[in-house]
Amino acid sequence: MSRARSRSGIRRTRRRDNVLGLLVAAVMGFPVYWMVLTAFRPATDVLSNPPVFWPNGFTLDNFSRAMGTETFWANVRSSVLIGLGTVLVSLVIGTLAAFALARFRFAGRKAFVVVILGVQMIPLTALVIPVYLLVNDAGMTDTLIGVILTYLVFMLPFTVWLLHGFIAGIPVELEEAAMVDGCTRLGAFRRVILPLLAPGLVATSIFAMIQAWNEYVLVYVLLSSPEKQTLSIWLVSFQTGFGTDYGGLMAGATLTALPVVVFFLFVQRKIAAGLTVGAIKG
Amino acid sequence: MSADATPSAAPPPTGDGARQHGERHTPSSTVDRPDLPGQQRRPEEHTRTKNGRAGQQGDGGRTRAPRRRPQLLPYLLIAPALLSLVVVLGYPLADMLLLSFQDMTRKELFSGESPPWVGLEQFRNILSDDFFWVVVARTTAFTVVCTTLTMAISLAIALLMRRVSTWVRLIIASVLIAVWAMPVMVAASIFRWLFDADYGVANWLLSQLPMMDFSKHNWFTDPWQGFAVIAGVVIWGAVPFATITLHAALMQIPQELEEAAVIDGVQGSQMLRHITFPVIKPSFVMVTTLMSIWNFGVFNQIWLMRGGQPEREYYLLGIYSFIESFAINRYSAGAAIAVVTVLLLLAGSVVYLRQMLRMGEVE
Repeated sequence: MSRARSRSGIRRTRRRDNVLGLLVAAVMGFPVYWMVLTAFRPATDVLSNPPVFWPNGFTLDNFSRAMGTETFWANVRSSVLIGLGTVLVSLVIGTLAAFALARFRFAGRKAFVVVILGVQMIPLTALVIPVYLLVNDAGMTDTLIGVILTYLVFMLPFTVWLLHGFIAGIPVELEEAAMVDGCTRLGAFRRVILPLLAPGLVATSIFAMIQAWNEYVLVYVLLSSPEKQTLSIWLVSFQTGFGTDYGGLMAGATLTALPVVVFFLFVQRKIAAGLTVGAIKG
Repeated sequence: MSADATPSAAPPPTGDGARQHGERHTPSSTVDRPDLPGQQRRPEEHTRTKNGRAGQQGDGGRTRAPRRRPQLLPYLLIAPALLSLVVVLGYPLADMLLLSFQDMTRKELFSGESPPWVGLEQFRNILSDDFFWVVVARTTAFTVVCTTLTMAISLAIALLMRRVSTWVRLIIASVLIAVWAMPVMVAASIFRWLFDADYGVANWLLSQLPMMDFSKHNWFTDPWQGFAVIAGVVIWGAVPFATITLHAALMQIPQELEEAAVIDGVQGSQMLRHITFPVIKPSFVMVTTLMSIWNFGVFNQIWLMRGGQPEREYYLLGIYSFIESFAINRYSAGAAIAVVTVLLLLAGSVVYLRQMLRMGEVE
């Protein structure tokens, strides 16, 4: 479409669009900038009025205060364990189901798809009560396993849907070729599908990991001992009735967000691709 | 669905967008790997001819594998997923339904007695309570406002991203991804800080406008303003996902299509309405529906911004149901609210489900 416009016209609109684009980036990015800036600021700068928008002093005080809170490391551990557990289980189970959806026509397939899609529509908060009662009946409240099993189910529909898109994108011929060559179905899966699926698996696991990392309500209800809780609960503890330690809170927020941001940067391309595959390919 | 379509549809169009990056090199290396080096040329040639005459041949290949083993395998494959869904989701769902017809309080929870049945009483109480309808209306309004704004902003940014220089696009994309990666609790914390009464940037910024004094202004005294801030976090957090998905969908529009349209004299908003939008419509509908569902169930942002004790003016359905259950220990009332919430959502998302299924059918 650009070819049809005149050169100088293009240059002028391009410059305007660029300025607009930078403005968008600045507005969207400002809150993150403000978080990081506050996290590294000495206390006097944090509470300055009028606010100062550029770094003046630099300190790690906020971080050492945040990391020095009693349960920090225990909560990191709990977040990591819950995240890894959820990812592992939901990837294994999800890949199997996704493979079935992408490669077989079977009676009830459509119903299964409806379930998978429909389940995503139930707001998690609506199920907190019965899930709590279930976990309570199973005697698994205040255990990480209880949380992992619960998360698993909330991640699963998404995992299956995303992976199914990725598998559907791998030509069946490759598998068939391997089977003609004497591979069993499982062998073909292991040698052909799995390596090609690796990016999809990475993207999906990151997604599940992030969901688990972010979740708040279920952990809040299911885990009662402070040292078992996750970072999102820990973060809320910065706000007390006596006011909020914003320096510490922002340092804590930065620490909580950091692993997610790093992971995200790592796989963002595949995530976007996975989303569109899931959306358009059905 | 795609299973049937894969043989014919897969090879050319699935190489869409970024997924090529990781995968394009790998196929050859994987296909070369099978243990019989002498034979491996043959299947590849076979594959190639088949691609040439896509349709019918592909179907033949499709049925071959299942025929060897009767259709048991797919069921075995979905069994673990189905089982865990039924146990950890189906059971609570049923339990929630039962619970809403009972009267469960703290006493029954701890003694383990089964709570008494009360029939439709919970629903009668809720539905005859004016406050409940206020919350329903509030939740709906919140959902509509947040979803509309998110989609409008995201579409605008996605369209803009196609027109800027590469380096600007990279900057926007990086910012979007950084924002996307912010955990909800982090995002809520940041916005609380930005809108802090004493030291928040928002107050200072607004005070710079002529005739405005926002110093020490508490945004949460007036629920309208409070919800504006909450909507701000929700939208801010949702825009990246929507923008990136829409942008990815926009990238799939063949350039010739728009060039041809320009030659035919189509321009501006017409282009968007008749050429661009129809192509991205499936993605747009999907994102809109997901957004609506998420916004309808918003919980975390409100919970955190109100410091774990939201006032009644800040109740949305999720918060309301949660507080009835866990703060007041009226589990059955909470369950009844949750049941109504799910029913409302289901009614709203039937359209989405049908669309998804139809899209699958067409492929």
